[in-house]
Amino acid sequence: MNKHTTDDKDWQTTTAKNTVHLFGWTLSWVLTIALTAFGPKYLWDFNTALSIVAVLLNIGVGIGMILANRKHLKGLDEMMQQIQLNAMALSLGVGLVFGISYEQLEDIKLIAFEPEISHLIMLMTFAYMTGIILGHRKYK
Amino acid sequence: MRNRLKVLRAERDWTQAQLATALDVSRQTINAIEKGKFDPSLPLAFKAARLFELAIEEIFQDEA
Repeated sequence: MNKHTTDDKDWQTTTAKNTVHLFGWTLSWVLTIALTAFGPKYLWDFNTALSIVAVLLNIGVGIGMILANRKHLKGLDEMMQQIQLNAMALSLGVGLVFGISYEQLEDIKLIAFEPEISHLIMLMTFAYMTGIILGHRKYK
Repeated sequence: MRNRLKVLRAERDWTQAQLATALDVSRQTINAIEKGKFDPSLPLAFKAARLFELAIEEIFQDEA
């Protein structure tokens, strides 16, 4: 079992490293969103070139985050991947169904305000977290 | 699917963590397999068979 202990440590270390990388990319992505949202007004007075750079930076870091997430998922074991898959399916389904209904609410005059994308993201995050919790409970 | 993972592990005096280490999965996954809550993939079942030096059907049995 000694050899395996070393291997497992490597596996756990890799998973932990992937998680830290994903956190780093996600945090950077959030920061570049803030830069894109507030930079034009507070930092560079709506300079077009700088705004384009900020948007491109945001997209570039976003792609990095997607790749880090992919690497993180591939590094998980099969049960953890199953839990993630179910949670993401729930999040996508809830986002699609409720997102379209939410958007239609304004079209058919059932709500007076314009639907915000941030509300949809919060809903999808909630659905994803619920899926993760349910998945861990299912296999506990 | 039923399995003898817990018995085989106990015979060798291994902990769930040690078995998880040997099979390159998390301890939670070993726990779920032992309790019959999660069915392992074929590659993982083969890996367990190799580790215990048994045939797959000596470890995992279909409940049907």
